[in-house]
Amino acid sequence: MDVVVCVKHVPETADAELKIDSSGKNVEKTGLVYDINEWDDYALEEAVRIKEKQGGTVTAVTIGGDDSDSTLRKCLARGADKAIRLSDPKFEGSDGFAVAKILHSVLKTLHHDLVLVGMQAGDDGNAAVGPILAQMLGVPHATMVKRLELGAGSAKVNRELEGGLEEQLEVKLPALFSIQTGINEPRYVSIMGIRKAMQKEIKIMTLADTGLAEADVGVAGSWLTIDRLYVPPVEKQAEFLKGTPDEMAVRVAEILKSKGLI
Amino acid sequence: MAKIFVLTEHRQGQIRDITYEMLTKARELGETTALVLAKNAKELAKPLTEYAQTIIAVEDPRLENFNSEAYKQILAKLVAEHKPTLVLMGHTSYGIDLAPRLATVLNLPLATDLIDLGFENDAFKVTRQVYGGKVNAKATARKAETYIATIRQATFQPKKPEPPTKGTITETPSPLTGDIAEKRFLQYVLPPPGGVDITAAEKLVGIGRGIKDVANIPQVEELAKSIGAVLSCSRPIVDKGWLPTDRQVGTSGKTVKPKLYLALGISGAFQHILGMKSSDLIIAVNKDPKAPIFNFANYGIVEDMFKIMSPLKNKINEVRAQKA
Repeated sequence: MDVVVCVKHVPETADAELKIDSSGKNVEKTGLVYDINEWDDYALEEAVRIKEKQGGTVTAVTIGGDDSDSTLRKCLARGADKAIRLSDPKFEGSDGFAVAKILHSVLKTLHHDLVLVGMQAGDDGNAAVGPILAQMLGVPHATMVKRLELGAGSAKVNRELEGGLEEQLEVKLPALFSIQTGINEPRYVSIMGIRKAMQKEIKIMTLADTGLAEADVGVAGSWLTIDRLYVPPVEKQAEFLKGTPDEMAVRVAEILKSKGLI
Repeated sequence: MAKIFVLTEHRQGQIRDITYEMLTKARELGETTALVLAKNAKELAKPLTEYAQTIIAVEDPRLENFNSEAYKQILAKLVAEHKPTLVLMGHTSYGIDLAPRLATVLNLPLATDLIDLGFENDAFKVTRQVYGGKVNAKATARKAETYIATIRQATFQPKKPEPPTKGTITETPSPLTGDIAEKRFLQYVLPPPGGVDITAAEKLVGIGRGIKDVANIPQVEELAKSIGAVLSCSRPIVDKGWLPTDRQVGTSGKTVKPKLYLALGISGAFQHILGMKSSDLIIAVNKDPKAPIFNFANYGIVEDMFKIMSPLKNKINEVRAQKA
């Protein structure tokens, strides 16, 4: 089974303080720590597990600059056989549609029984690239996949619905699945493993290699153009308790007592 | 006038809330048409007549359960025929599976997970959240005859128009031919029943990524015990397998309304917020003063949860001892 997994190198922002840059259309990137997108990490793990069980290959594909190589190295260290990075300044500003076109230009040249992508990216959060890419490839898809079981010529997948419910579907292969977090437990990759992966080649491709025109990618090739970013206005805010941890603990205990909660 | 299509979302015979939320917003934008694709579409459409001016019902036994490929084929035909200005669907397990593929096949611009939308000087303008809700983005869609958008759940308050619309139901024959062989619905799968019903708990202590390690959970359990609260959590904790699925609060878990929700190390992704914002009293502890959870909490503590837990447990035990 040949699996292609699409990954993205994204900043970790859960604990970071974000500032809008001077263009007003981006966040200040200096000081942010980048890693493989959380959802893609699960997709990668799923791809590697399939290879371990059934044989075949795993190819990791990303779009991005030199710094994205660290995410591809992680994929190689985890068990991917090949890594491809699509890199061109013209790709800047691409939305989900343009990204899907760029990925499609490469995927159509690679043999694949299965394409796995993260259900969304932690930065843009469009949750759109997977199904767009599936339509372009002409293969069926399922999103928010929490369980994947491969059979002969088809796969049984569980999609996450709302309120804890899941639905089980049977999807013919080749297919594209967008993976939800929690489908597996991504394995830890040692520094040694990543070092070993340094020797593996990362294939670089530019716009010229994709067969796409300049107008297909970047802002020109996108459905959406960012006008501006802004910090969401605060409509209501908590009353912040002040003091040492002990003093704040006393206040919380008082509040709970006054409300009859303890 | 703009013509707004709203895709009705239904599961196991029930219309889902997002449908009414979208219809409410759609009224501000133009003439509303609700699309009902179902086995019993005409019957299911009845309550929508009070919200939408027109209801297009497509009845087909193959539409008993949602199938994005079947929906794509039908919507592609309806959009080509009626040329609406905008097609709305939920940013849910429905819309996430359907909208991007529909937009691609129709070559129409798509904007997802919107928290606001509207037309300004003939341009379709949208607002969405990026970086996990820490930043909002305002964007413009490429000019088109029809736009497609998915709307975040619980963003717009559903309101019945006054007076109700008395919309008309029009049936359109299903264009489906044959079965959708490449993607078949098999069954619904319920999570394995757990021992704890967090929706029944009066007090909840919720933990998030801030817990750092599974080894720290007993410490929180002790605090919860002193308060008399049940332990619940945000999605990452269940993903890591540190707590069972039945403890998860949020859109893909449970919706809770306890008297107390003490959130420890939870940043407050909207999926979690939607599951707990109706709690009577919310106290949040988080290191990041800009964590979204503080916009929903009554009281906030900007501090490492591990510095608060132990003194808090001691104080609560003291209060309890005094009362006894």
